[in-house]
Amino acid sequence: MAEVSAKLVFKGKSASLGFALGPLVRIDRPQVQRRESGTIEEEEKALRAALAASGGQISALAAASEGVAAEILEFQMALLEDEAFLAPIFGAIAAGAAGDVAWSETLAKEIAGYRAAPGEYLRARASDLVDLRDRVLLALNGEGGGSKATPAGAVISADDLPPSRFLEIDWSDGGGIALRQGSPTSHVAMLARARNVPMIVQFGTLPDRAEIALLDGERGTLEVDPPAERLRTFAARRAVQAQESASARDLLAGPPLIWCGEPVRLLVNIQGLADLSHPDTGYADGIGLMRTEFMFDDPAGLPGEEAQFAIYASVLRWAGDRPATIRTVDAGGDKPIRGFTEDGEANPFLGVRGLRLCLRRPEIFRVQLRALARAAVHGKLKVMFPMVTVPGEFVAARDLFQNVLNELRTEGVDARLPELGIMVEVPVAALTVDAFPASFFSIGSNDLAQYATACDRTNGALDSLNDPLNPGVLELIRRTIDHGRRHGINVSLCGDMAGDPHSAAALLDCGLREFSMSPPLLGRVKQAIAALSAEAERG
Amino acid sequence: MPDALNSEEDIARASVQLVHAVGMHARPAVKLTKLAKRFEAQVALRVAGSAEWIDAKSVSKVVAMRADRDSIIEFEASGADAHAAVAALVALIAEDFPDPAS
Repeated sequence: MAEVSAKLVFKGKSASLGFALGPLVRIDRPQVQRRESGTIEEEEKALRAALAASGGQISALAAASEGVAAEILEFQMALLEDEAFLAPIFGAIAAGAAGDVAWSETLAKEIAGYRAAPGEYLRARASDLVDLRDRVLLALNGEGGGSKATPAGAVISADDLPPSRFLEIDWSDGGGIALRQGSPTSHVAMLARARNVPMIVQFGTLPDRAEIALLDGERGTLEVDPPAERLRTFAARRAVQAQESASARDLLAGPPLIWCGEPVRLLVNIQGLADLSHPDTGYADGIGLMRTEFMFDDPAGLPGEEAQFAIYASVLRWAGDRPATIRTVDAGGDKPIRGFTEDGEANPFLGVRGLRLCLRRPEIFRVQLRALARAAVHGKLKVMFPMVTVPGEFVAARDLFQNVLNELRTEGVDARLPELGIMVEVPVAALTVDAFPASFFSIGSNDLAQYATACDRTNGALDSLNDPLNPGVLELIRRTIDHGRRHGINVSLCGDMAGDPHSAAALLDCGLREFSMSPPLLGRVKQAIAALSAEAERG
Repeated sequence: MPDALNSEEDIARASVQLVHAVGMHARPAVKLTKLAKRFEAQVALRVAGSAEWIDAKSVSKVVAMRADRDSIIEFEASGADAHAAVAALVALIAEDFPDPAS
């Protein structure tokens, strides 16, 4: 065949850890064929029948599901039984619309409403509605919906995957998911993590099929038709991994870690409330980093004080007496936000981003600081500023915060000044860390490594040079921690290396005792540190 | 704690604080509407202070009202079993949406 596929290894973003080996199969939303429409009565009857058939499929799925999956399905089921929800659809049919048109148009309005809603929880409901819309359309057009069986253990290739489609696939023989689009914070990603199905998103391009594909959820890669030797090493890695992840979960529930007589704390990095639903977050010693950019990146516009306050307060209540560190909006670099970041910078990673941007746009920054000061009353809040270069920036931000607090108090609003710290991610900040009057430091090793090694972190060609374990980067980390130890200032690390078991030894050696990582990584990091600890005792 | 029920003719009213960790999300909303549907009475609810009353039997409306944790939920019901309906719904929220006893 003349078809040449030069590229055999594809790189995406890991959304659920683990390995899969199997045929690569493309599944896509089946094309819906419009059926001939009939009289008003026929259309009503057809839609009623389709709703009943869909309800039957969903309740069968729900009976076999639990946790998040059951919750999504019960919600879809309840919608099908919601007369207030169905009334406008049957209204449109009575006015002459075809059943499928009435259904799609009403659902489209609902979906748009959820997509524009403040808060990611409601936005995530939009995909549940899309899923429901498609299921009913299929039933209406006589295809019966249901599963087109995929081969056992297959790696699914698709643009995106709706939650109910995920639930229809039998994962008992393994298998995995490779999506061209998708997001690690989507519902289907949560389901995949909960069911231990490896999943990688944002590949951009992917082949439609291959006889054998290796999906490596640890590295975020998909390799098609690999040589036999690669298959053997892959199988060995997978076996080791399976054993480790089972015992990691047991270990998480066990006693806290001790290294050199000092407690080691494991915290979580989150984007929003949805991340707190991961079963392992309950074992965390707190929230080491809550990113807030996602709230700002909303087509409906920048979030208001109330919307922000509601989310921060919920996170703090969840954390209870554990510390929760929220980072002020880190826009710019590879995270442009319309109406906020500056356009046309030649080199945005070295441009007006993070706190630099916030200090230039105090009208936007003040809204976030007000919401944070109000939320501080509800828990153990710590707030940190990103991309700080010189102490003057920290002082300016602190003054602005104090100013906002005075304003709230004048208004009679309950508020408090939280503990204030900085991200250490600009090399000169690490080198002059003693000049910052901050109450805590959090090392952002991803940016620290990118700036110290002069490697754009979005440029895959530089992956091997952009190494956080480079002795120069470790030296910057060590200096920061040493300073904290000498002055009794808390230092944690929240970059990717905190969640990488292979970096644990080097970080412990630098003196790090607080690691903050994405929730699914907690178990394996605890395991890696426990193993090092046991080894140290023996040696 | 639920406030005492006010009664005047066949209209029942009560309010209760939402203690559920994530607010009125899908699962609590499904439980609430399922329970409301067991009663003949017309039941409406709202977050205290908001203008619009929501049909307690419509899950899409209940989710869309976006009640956060700690908000006060007001109920108003009319019809034969209005008092029983409001009492049951208030208990559901006050007890933080327990799973049905099996």
